[in-house]
Amino acid sequence: MRTRRDIFQAIADPTRRAIITLIALKAMTPNAIAEHFNTTRQAVSKHLQILTECELVTQKQQGREIYYQLEVNKMKEIDEWLQQYRRIWESQFNQLDKVLGTIKKQRK
Amino acid sequence: MKSALQFDFTVDKAAKTVLITREFAAELSLVWDAFTKAEILDQWNAPAPYKAKTKYMNFEVNGKRFYAMVSPDGQKNWIIQKYTSITPKTNFKLFNAFADKDENPQPTGSEWDYNFSEKNGTTKVSITIYNESLERLDKMIEMGFKQGITISLSQLDILLSTLRC
Repeated sequence: MRTRRDIFQAIADPTRRAIITLIALKAMTPNAIAEHFNTTRQAVSKHLQILTECELVTQKQQGREIYYQLEVNKMKEIDEWLQQYRRIWESQFNQLDKVLGTIKKQRK
Repeated sequence: MKSALQFDFTVDKAAKTVLITREFAAELSLVWDAFTKAEILDQWNAPAPYKAKTKYMNFEVNGKRFYAMVSPDGQKNWIIQKYTSITPKTNFKLFNAFADKDENPQPTGSEWDYNFSEKNGTTKVSITIYNESLERLDKMIEMGFKQGITISLSQLDILLSTLRC
C-alpha cells in the first residue's frame, strides 16, 4: 500500500508527468531525457529514481547504456485501483436512491 | 428498476481532485435534506454493509458533523466534517478528515464542494473533492476489501431489501 501512495506522489509532479509522457513513446537514456528539461541532470536522475521506486518505470541495460521504459501495466493498475473508490460511491448512491424513494412514498 | 440517471466519476490524479456527479429522481429540497440532515444521511452515507452513525451534526457554517462508519462487527471508523460554507439548496462546502473516537482529526484532510441543481424533477448533485489524500482513498478501499463491498450490486440490492423488511 505504501508503494501505491508513492505512485500518486510520482504523478503529482509536473516534471515526472512529462517524463512519463516522453518515455511512453520509447525507452530513453537519462541523458536523452534530461535534454528535454531545463533542469540539471541530477534533478532528472532523482525523478527517475522516484519513478523507479514506484515501479512506474524500469531500467533496461542495452550495451553500455541504461534505458528507462514505462511500465504501462502499472499505470493501468492505478486506474483499476481507483475504480474501487468509484464503486464505494456507487454503492452509497444506490442506497440513497432507495431512501429517496421511501421518503417520497411516505409523503404521498 | 434502473433508470438512466447520470453517474460520472473522474479522478484528476495530477491535481489530486475527484469529481463526482450523480442525478437523483427526486426534487431538490428532498435531495438537499438527504445530504444535510443526519437522520437521512445515516440511512445511506456509508458503503454497505457499513452503516453511518452520526454522533452529532450542526449543519451551519463552522458547525461539525462527527460520525462513524460502523462495520457489521461493530468496529467504528470515525470521520469529522466541518462545514465551511453553506448556500441553502444550492451549495455547501466542508472539510473532511478521519478522526479518532475523541474527535481528534488526522492532519491530512480534503475539501469537499457540493453543488445542487434541479431540472424536470431530477436533481443533479456535483461533488468536487480537492486535495484528496491517497491515504484516505487507501483506507476507504481497504475497508471495502475487508467487508467485501465489491460484491456485485445485485447482491447489494438483495441485502438492502432484506434489511428494510
